[in-house]
Amino acid sequence: MAELADRVGEVIEASTTGFVAQCYELYQLPPLGSLVKTKDAPVELYAVVYNATTTSLEPGRRPIARGKDEATEEAIYQSSPQLLKLLRSEFNALVVGHKQGEKLYHYLPPQPARIHGFVYLCPPEEVKEFSQSFDFLNILANTHLPIPVEELIAACLRQMAEVYEDRHAFLVAAGKELAILLSGNFNQLKAILGRIKE
Amino acid sequence: MTEQNTEKLGIVVSGSSNKGVEVRLDSSASVEDMVVGRYVTIEGQKRRFFGMITDISLGVIDQKLTLTPPDVSDPLTAEVLAGTSTYGTLHVFPYLTIGGDATSLLEGPQPVKTVPSHFSTVNLASDQDIELVFGKEDKERFWIGNPLDMETKLCLNLEELVKRSNGIFGKSGTGKTFLTRILLIGMLQKSQAVNLIFDMHNEYGWAGTSEGRPPVKALKQLFPSSVAVFALDEENSRRRGVSTDFVVRIGYDEIEPEDIVLLRQTLNLTEPAVEAVYQMRRKFGKNWLQNTLDLKDSDAIKDLLKELNIHESTFQNLQRGLATIRRLPFIEPHAPTNAVQCILEHLDRGINVVLEFGRYRDITSYILVANMLTRRIYAQYQERTEKAMGEDTAKPRPLVITIEEAHKFLNPEVSNQTIFGTIAREMRKYNVTLLVIDQRPSGIDDEVMSQMGTKITCLLDNERDVDSVLAGVSGKSELKSVLAKLATKQQALIFGHAVPMPVAFQPREYGSAQSYKDFISSEAEKVKEKDIEELWK
Repeated sequence: MAELADRVGEVIEASTTGFVAQCYELYQLPPLGSLVKTKDAPVELYAVVYNATTTSLEPGRRPIARGKDEATEEAIYQSSPQLLKLLRSEFNALVVGHKQGEKLYHYLPPQPARIHGFVYLCPPEEVKEFSQSFDFLNILANTHLPIPVEELIAACLRQMAEVYEDRHAFLVAAGKELAILLSGNFNQLKAILGRIKE
Repeated sequence: MTEQNTEKLGIVVSGSSNKGVEVRLDSSASVEDMVVGRYVTIEGQKRRFFGMITDISLGVIDQKLTLTPPDVSDPLTAEVLAGTSTYGTLHVFPYLTIGGDATSLLEGPQPVKTVPSHFSTVNLASDQDIELVFGKEDKERFWIGNPLDMETKLCLNLEELVKRSNGIFGKSGTGKTFLTRILLIGMLQKSQAVNLIFDMHNEYGWAGTSEGRPPVKALKQLFPSSVAVFALDEENSRRRGVSTDFVVRIGYDEIEPEDIVLLRQTLNLTEPAVEAVYQMRRKFGKNWLQNTLDLKDSDAIKDLLKELNIHESTFQNLQRGLATIRRLPFIEPHAPTNAVQCILEHLDRGINVVLEFGRYRDITSYILVANMLTRRIYAQYQERTEKAMGEDTAKPRPLVITIEEAHKFLNPEVSNQTIFGTIAREMRKYNVTLLVIDQRPSGIDDEVMSQMGTKITCLLDNERDVDSVLAGVSGKSELKSVLAKLATKQQALIFGHAVPMPVAFQPREYGSAQSYKDFISSEAEKVKEKDIEELWK
């Protein structure tokens, strides 16, 4: 099933502005800046991945170094297969819009995501549909996040540009939107433009 | 062309009715494609405005951009910044409202009394808009050229134009003469007026000179049936192969004291000497000039001077001056023909008269002849018009007198005394108007300049000249920038009575075989129409 293949995880923590999802497989993380969605019928939430972590399953227990006697990194996992179950990968996503019925809205939904809601990576056509409007850039630019805003915006635009045949036109259009959005902060604009140019 | 013309340029962001509006350019419109003097339409909420670009400037949203310029060699950065962080602004001066409200629809373009609202869309004016404003070539309108960078025709209503005195200005070599020739052809074809042209440099009658090209045909060659060439210098005309219709000779007895007054400066006469002229006229009557010059006998002179209370040095000064006049070859003791009468006869028949000066292009002959003839013709016109008003009959044909080097006749010192000053001031009351051609408009009396209906000016770069031409026009500083940017050749700015708003334009082509054909073909059509009309009478 195509849907199953695109499924990247499950929501384990949710708030109005974002959610945390755990991946089903270790290291099977969606790329930084990619567009993901989760369903909370009848609303579909769209979010942008802004952070990812891989930690021990138990918060107090830190992994220990095991590779001293192993020849390769792969060998570590082969000799200790339990590792795949003791570690987990999570990612944080920032909610940037939602879809109700057939209509797309580029602002926050009325309700946060549901715990255990499945999280899917959006297919190219959906990314294209969502990126017809650049209103979501405003949310990205104005939320306080643990990573620099310019990194996130640049990553997001790079991801989205992949689905367009005319990459350049898309980036120019997005850049113009950003130029207006960041009109008071030329350095930030310059940093983003530097990160998205081909 | 049409597609490009209706292209959106930007939006209105600020402005005032006094100073015009600021337009922010869209990112799709390149600032380098904009040209000062172009026409734009502004789609206001209630009406459409028609205006002209008077200034173009660059802006940045953040001052940091000017301090640490971005790397525009990267196409993405360059494209993103254009129109967003860096943008072009246009200064547009709205002149007219077109369409929209009822009056505009009924009476055509109206002067602007307000400004368009915020964020009104600004487009390049389409050919239809321009045609709506400047009209189509028809029975009364004459195509004089094209607005700069456009293919639309700029048409003047010549019937309206000749109702006022008009001026053509420009530095030497900017194309005044070509422009005048085109305008004269227009008057000849599209208006009822007849022209009397004082052709100082022999440019309008038979053939005109053209820089670096063979001579161009002038009026007589193109319209032989409606133009007559009068010559002051028959020999010169014959040498140039011009067929003249009449040779002008002036008799001593035709010169009057008023003619001398005007020549005071050129003849180097003193004030008392000019006074003495009047006394001489009183004393000797019609033949005063001959008699004054003939006074040789010192005793007789002494008696006469005593009688008239004239100082001897004044008399000598006068005699010297008058001798200069007598030396002019076209002055004879008794003229065999009456030039004034002959010119009037031609004008009455609707034939335009070009008076060529041949070799006598010194300023003394020009002023003397032009002033003398005009004064007499004007007097005749005045008489006839008054008679026509009294008897309620048809007024004489409107007459347009073309003079070159106009500042010699219309400078503040003499404009009160010359007939040209009077014509310029009294204007059309007696159906006589002036077409003034000059290269130093600042030398012309302000009062005369202010009475001119339509002014056409080629490039001028002297500050005083520019000021005097543009005096009293609304949006003067904007027009100044347009005027200053005109090319040195074949570009002109027209404003005033005959056009709804100022226009920078390129005069239509003159000098090629095709251009002659174009001029003549419309004439031929007119004749044909007339024939048909007469057939039905």
